[in-house]
Amino acid sequence: MKVVFREIEGNSMAFAGLLGILGLIVAMGLGAAYFMEHNGHHVTGMSNQIVWGMPHVFALFLIVAASGALNVASISSVFNRKVYKPLARLSGLLAVALLAGGLMVLVLDLGRPDRLIVAMTYYNFKSIFAWNIILYNGFFAIVAVYLWTMMDRTVNKYSKPAGIAAFTWRLILTTGTGSIFAFIVARQAFDAAILAPTFVIMSFSYGLAVFILVLFAAYKWTGRPLGDVVVNRLKNLQGVFIAAVFYFFAVYHLTNLYATEHHGVESFILSADNIYSTLFWVGQILIGTVIPFALLFLPATSKSRFWIGVAALLVIIGGMAQMYVTLIGGQAYPLVLFPGHEVTSSFYDGVVNEYVPTLPEILLGVGGFGVALIATTIGVWVLRFLPESLDDSVVDPDHHKAA
Amino acid sequence: MTTENKIDTYRRNFVGGAAALAAGVTIAPGVLLSGVAQAKPADKAVDSSVRWGMLINANKCDDCGACVSACNEEHGITGFDRPKTDPQWIRTVKLRDKTTGHVQTLPVMCQHCETAPCADVCPTGASFRREDGIVLVDKHICIGCRYCMMACPYKARSFVHEKLTDQRPYSPRGMGTVESCTMCVHRVDNDEQPACVVACAGEHAEDSAITFGDINDPNSEISQQMMKHGGKQIRGDLGLNTGVRYQGL
Repeated sequence: MKVVFREIEGNSMAFAGLLGILGLIVAMGLGAAYFMEHNGHHVTGMSNQIVWGMPHVFALFLIVAASGALNVASISSVFNRKVYKPLARLSGLLAVALLAGGLMVLVLDLGRPDRLIVAMTYYNFKSIFAWNIILYNGFFAIVAVYLWTMMDRTVNKYSKPAGIAAFTWRLILTTGTGSIFAFIVARQAFDAAILAPTFVIMSFSYGLAVFILVLFAAYKWTGRPLGDVVVNRLKNLQGVFIAAVFYFFAVYHLTNLYATEHHGVESFILSADNIYSTLFWVGQILIGTVIPFALLFLPATSKSRFWIGVAALLVIIGGMAQMYVTLIGGQAYPLVLFPGHEVTSSFYDGVVNEYVPTLPEILLGVGGFGVALIATTIGVWVLRFLPESLDDSVVDPDHHKAA
Repeated sequence: MTTENKIDTYRRNFVGGAAALAAGVTIAPGVLLSGVAQAKPADKAVDSSVRWGMLINANKCDDCGACVSACNEEHGITGFDRPKTDPQWIRTVKLRDKTTGHVQTLPVMCQHCETAPCADVCPTGASFRREDGIVLVDKHICIGCRYCMMACPYKARSFVHEKLTDQRPYSPRGMGTVESCTMCVHRVDNDEQPACVVACAGEHAEDSAITFGDINDPNSEISQQMMKHGGKQIRGDLGLNTGVRYQGL
């Protein structure tokens, strides 16, 4: 059977309700941003010590997930896996939508978001941030072209080179995102080259988790068939990515633990009585790694769509916890200006910096998810992103015959 | 030449003349201004023959706070009674050696690094280092991303978290942008010393803890002192070649 792509109908009350809820989430995010910009950042939990807060946790997660969401398309175009081909369009759409959501949060948290044009016209090429601005803009352009080659039969023959370009670009992009931290020499928790590839592997896992949830929701709510072949492939891939993220973080912490100068920050993250070690062990490791890995492979749950969906959701929650630990924990641990000394000052030298996120920050961050999801919803409504059927007979005819 | 052709020539000449006049009016102020500027040594473009720096003698600092008050006064830095978000360009840090128990205080501000991490990471180039070594923020192109604050090893920078009023005309600041010690560039350009240096000397007379000067000039007082007693960098391991150096650390 041939794969037929078709817009979703979108004429039900439920669909209107979905758009309404997502629209409300976006509106609340925009309202929160206006409140923050109007009053100044003192209304947030961020300070001169914790300079990046909750909006950045959300923005980084969304940006990292964006490049990861493209993986499904890459597997089909670059690595010629036919099963993934019907999923490639949604993968590209979701990638662009997640990036748009993440960038919205990032930009609206700037001290001067009105100067976005400055960021687009003044470049300091030694800055990883400046590279990222180019990488993000390029990502939009390249994925748009890639989607065009997939969706327009006349240019379909270019979809492989476009897919390779997008895949290469996304690897560079996530390396760039990880390097924002990897290049910060001053802070104990950052300044590690392994953060760059770690961000790449995080993107694989978080992006796929978002993809799985969106795919499940789209097919369940539209009543379109979704066969086990696709689900099992995605499930197994998710499991591998969870393990890979765990491996990279294990290496990161073990290498840090070997260096005496990092013992302080490691015990701060791993064993101190604070929110960061709780989020690390309970959030990142238990909820984000152990439980979803078990759900995906234990015979009792691995066949269940429900539990696979729960696993994907837990990966996202664990991923948010990990971002919080990496980003906020890395700033909360005091900068070491004078090794071997106890220090005090009026500017919080030598103390663990406190951070309590405020509602506007959280609303802005959630608004980023809202933008990503509303863009995806409208995308599949107006254009042909979703196959009418992802039944096993459509996705993998040979497999079907063999069975 | 017919009359019609002549009129065309007049027209052309008139239009050409008008264009030249317009161009002249537009360009002249710039040309004239630069001519005037060159005549004033204080407005001469800075170059790297000079490198401004400070030498702070930790043994002489008694935590009197004069430098901090002077900086706040000079740049109009007033708090909002919110210590976490109120800006601080200079602070005194108290150190206690964990092994010996020796206690010292010393002022810490922007260290005016030669290879400044803040300038490296700034996406727009708003954070920059002048040829004479002073690290500044161009408030017109700072987008308030705070990456420089993440990158600064000295916690020297503050983000303006709320609306400001009554600013000093020579020290522009603005909500949503990042700021730090300017080494009182407006004073230095007028052959004056930074406010903190003057305040420290005012408080301690001959026993002043801060020396300001050109560290490229081997005969300057700061260079002479550094030659005799050395001048350590905070986090010297980072190899940033700071313009602010310390004795007695």
